[in-house]
Amino acid sequence: MAAVQDERHAAMTDRERDAIFQRELVKLIPHLRAFARTLTGDAAQADDLAQDAMIKAWDARKSFQLGTNMKAWTFMILRNQFYSDKRRSWRQIQLDQEAAERTLVAVDNPEAPLALDELRLAMAMLPDEQREALILVGAGGFAYEEAADICGCAVGTVKSRVSRARKALQGILEAGDYDRDGGSAGDAMRSILADAERLSAAR
Amino acid sequence: MDERRKGSAPLDETRLRQRAIGVKLRQMFDEVVNEPVPDEFLDILRRADESPGDR
Repeated sequence: MAAVQDERHAAMTDRERDAIFQRELVKLIPHLRAFARTLTGDAAQADDLAQDAMIKAWDARKSFQLGTNMKAWTFMILRNQFYSDKRRSWRQIQLDQEAAERTLVAVDNPEAPLALDELRLAMAMLPDEQREALILVGAGGFAYEEAADICGCAVGTVKSRVSRARKALQGILEAGDYDRDGGSAGDAMRSILADAERLSAAR
Repeated sequence: MDERRKGSAPLDETRLRQRAIGVKLRQMFDEVVNEPVPDEFLDILRRADESPGDR
């Protein structure tokens, strides 16, 4: 099946190949946005990042082999962009602060679903590498091996990052140890448990 | 979930909490996946496609 596809792809003109590539890339945009949003925690910054990654993928389309895992390939481009942005910007600390303030403003909105925002704040407290590994494996639908390829590290490293991230998240949520005034210890975990139960029941 | 022995209760509690966090994390991600894609994305891609730069 893959061999047949390869042959078919080999016989294509550049234009046909580009059209297929673009169609596949468009399908991935929602996933790139979700990865960027959960990675940065800031909607505006995330869409900038996702757009940069999309353009980088388009520009590099000739180096991509059609029929291989395009989602993993684009996610790798996005995470590399995320880290290079972070390294480049000496203002990053200040930007992070602004993003955190915006997030906190959003949390003050009484309409906002409580548990989700608490999880988002807790996620923001994780080290980048742990957050990234947890998102890829826990939400992005990637196997540990794929996540390791995306992050450019060993499978064991991904496993230990995911495990540390899970433990840390639970600790943060149970302690109520994030920047939210008035929230008492254990409330965050309680609302997440209740919410998860409601979601499972709705299935 | 089936009933467990009393001794494993804290472990079960941890598992339950971890599962809840997992469900919420996926929800957080899927919520963005299900958002309509802003026109900007497709506009940028269209412009990139039209640009004769690397032809």
